[in-house]
Amino acid sequence: MLKLHHFHGGLRLDGHKAKSLQRGLLQATLPERLFLPLRQHIGDHNKPRVEIGERVLKGQVIASDSALICAAVHAPTSGTIRAIENYPVAHPSGKIDTCIVIDVDGDDQGVEPNPADLESLAPIELIELICRAGIVGLGGAVFPTSPKLSRGKVQGIDTLIINGVECEPYITCDDILMRFNAAEVIRGSGYLQRILAPRTTYIAIEDNKPEAIAAMAKALAEHPLPDTEIIPIPTIYPSGGEKQLVQILTGKEVPHGQLAFDIGIFCQNVGTCAAITRALEMDEPLISRVVTITGDNIAHPGNWEARLGTPINHLIELAGGYQHEASGHLVMGGSMMGFALSGSDVPIVKASNCIMVMREETIPKSPGYHDECIRCSKCAEVCPAQLLPQQLYWHARAKAYERTREFHLFDCIECGCCSTVCPSRIPLVQYYRAAKSEIRATRKAQFKSDRARLRFEFREKRLLLKKQQDEERRRLKREALQKKKAGAGNGKPQADPVQAALDRVKARKKLAQED
Amino acid sequence: MANVIVSSPYVAQGSTLKRLMIQVIVALLPGTIAYAWYFGPGVIINICLAVLLALAFEAGILKLRAKPVMPHLTDFSAVVAAWLFALCLPMHTPWWLVLVGIGFTMVAGKHLYGGLGFNPFNPAMVGYVVLLISFPREMTTWYLPSSVSGETLSLKEALAYTFGGADIQQWDALSSATPLDQVKTAVAQGITVGEIRLSPVFGEYGGKGWEWIAFWWFIGGLWLLASRTIRWHIPVALLSAVLVMSLLFYLVNPETYNSPLFHLLSGAVIIGAFFIATDPVTAATTDSGRIYYGLLIGCLIYIIRVWGGYPDGVAFAVLLANMCVPLIDYYTQPRVYGEK
Repeated sequence: MLKLHHFHGGLRLDGHKAKSLQRGLLQATLPERLFLPLRQHIGDHNKPRVEIGERVLKGQVIASDSALICAAVHAPTSGTIRAIENYPVAHPSGKIDTCIVIDVDGDDQGVEPNPADLESLAPIELIELICRAGIVGLGGAVFPTSPKLSRGKVQGIDTLIINGVECEPYITCDDILMRFNAAEVIRGSGYLQRILAPRTTYIAIEDNKPEAIAAMAKALAEHPLPDTEIIPIPTIYPSGGEKQLVQILTGKEVPHGQLAFDIGIFCQNVGTCAAITRALEMDEPLISRVVTITGDNIAHPGNWEARLGTPINHLIELAGGYQHEASGHLVMGGSMMGFALSGSDVPIVKASNCIMVMREETIPKSPGYHDECIRCSKCAEVCPAQLLPQQLYWHARAKAYERTREFHLFDCIECGCCSTVCPSRIPLVQYYRAAKSEIRATRKAQFKSDRARLRFEFREKRLLLKKQQDEERRRLKREALQKKKAGAGNGKPQADPVQAALDRVKARKKLAQED
Repeated sequence: MANVIVSSPYVAQGSTLKRLMIQVIVALLPGTIAYAWYFGPGVIINICLAVLLALAFEAGILKLRAKPVMPHLTDFSAVVAAWLFALCLPMHTPWWLVLVGIGFTMVAGKHLYGGLGFNPFNPAMVGYVVLLISFPREMTTWYLPSSVSGETLSLKEALAYTFGGADIQQWDALSSATPLDQVKTAVAQGITVGEIRLSPVFGEYGGKGWEWIAFWWFIGGLWLLASRTIRWHIPVALLSAVLVMSLLFYLVNPETYNSPLFHLLSGAVIIGAFFIATDPVTAATTDSGRIYYGLLIGCLIYIIRVWGGYPDGVAFAVLLANMCVPLIDYYTQPRVYGEK
């Protein structure tokens, strides 16, 4: 049995998970229209690869780009491209982004699947197939999987961690996936093993999910993987955070400024493993995902496998609609790290693991009045990054951003533990987010102004050089002319050299004035 | 649908700061009751008067500063500060002394710095030290516990003294220096500790009555620890420092230096360790920082008591340590995840 380690702080939270686990894994019906943002991953923007009015088939690429950190978007079903236009998307700032709108025709007709002969493929070819399927990390970070695999392959991986921890309250999509699709997760882990050739593989699941652990153990027994162990870990939020999970399982800390694969550890979410299995075995790109619809204002919570681009209100209808209030406060993600959505017309994207439909009184409209910080340090006790949140708050509030960096603002993982325990109910994480974006904006502006200054200085230098060269040329010309003159009027008295020098200075001054 | 964007985590609202303060007040009750038991109703009069004045000052200043009055008044931080301040006073004090002290506590100690959370110095100690320096006669006129003098002032007499300005000479027989003060004076006169301890004001370990009050502060403090209102670092460090310092000198010369138990159970060491030094606003915030902070206060208490000009040193020690807090905090930052 593996000896587990502890990470600093953390919280035991009320999971609110039972409600959405009662109905198994449901299949969401197709909505009338799908809205697919061009970018559903961390990295570079995609370009649309379809025209308005074009008919697309399920699985067809509709947006892609050749950039390294990028993941293509595929048509989740067959239909006609209605528009490529700005539309509200799931984003903390409630922003709009370019979406491809598909009028669904209901046939759900797909491109002919052409599964490769997996046995004969080299790891690099498997990565290529994963890349083509547009797979990203489905745990929430949505980092494109293929560049991560390539990098991991280059670095050399010692330990592969399959993350089925799902520590955030309310979210149960991974739990349901492991209960009902454990085989896909296990086989996907097998493909990751083939690509990365790790020495050991841990499948980590929080011990509040005994059904998922049992299902995964059964699937692993049916499809044995080498050196693979299912590890139940204690239920302490945020044990599912990559850095925390690495620490729990290996006792190692990911060094400052590095990533897990820099120390030979590769983490991948269970949902991503299932998506890899489908992409490799069935040639099915990432066009759907499991979404938890839950909260205290939804009639029948549950988990649905929904096509990407499905508007959230369609799923809310499937879940029986709002329970108490005509409209709810919608949050994407869990209660600790999720963010409020601008409306129910926002579509499901690759990152949408959970939609919380909450009553207004559960989620306050604005933070409003809060008490002052009394420096009690309860925040520091629970901070998994071992920061001093109260000091960060002090400096963030004073907009002393230089100081916030001294107190490691950018090591904050925004897990929300500090805000949860604060006796003064200060929305600490909100202050850190604001400070971070402020610093990023300043950096950007600084970069821009630095570049502008360099350009300006270079231009000045260039102009000065040109002036000097022109002068030099003129001088040489003049001298040549004088020599010629002197040569022509041979015998005539030579011009006074002092006078000539003075003339030259005068001419230079005049030139300077003209310039 | 117009959702207002709020940032996660989405946690239950409502202040628990108030609960923290109420827990501190509850923890103060056993010691306060014991104090009143030994020294009469003056203790209670002081506390009531101080709390009422503190709330009045708090409300007035919040109004002047255009801050919400009710949320601040009902966080009970003013009550805690006033209570601790009142416990520092001699059991019978004229009303104007309380007024001046609470005025400094609330105005200079707390609100001139920006109110709760922004004051670098423990407000109750600021108020107390101002009085101690400005009105030494009134502030050092202590009374004997009932178990020594055989009587205490009745409620009526105590009220008459506090509000009516009744002549202090009337109860001269009851007034006395505190045990700590007596020790200091006697040692200065060359009397040995053993001889002093024969005086009726001394009990088994510390001053008569005082040692039991200290015991009840200790019980309240343990409950604060158990309820996780405070953490162990400051009290443990502070008490260890006093213990080690006093033990060291006691072993060197028990004739001039009192026993460790006497030091721990006399004066304000116990209440200081659990209730005063642990004020989170003015204490160090890191775990190791709190240990240094507690050690510093403990050492300063002993130094002031034995070699300083005052019989007890808790207030001065706390204020001096308050000054060092930014420095301590800066140099005791914990190692961040992933740093070597």
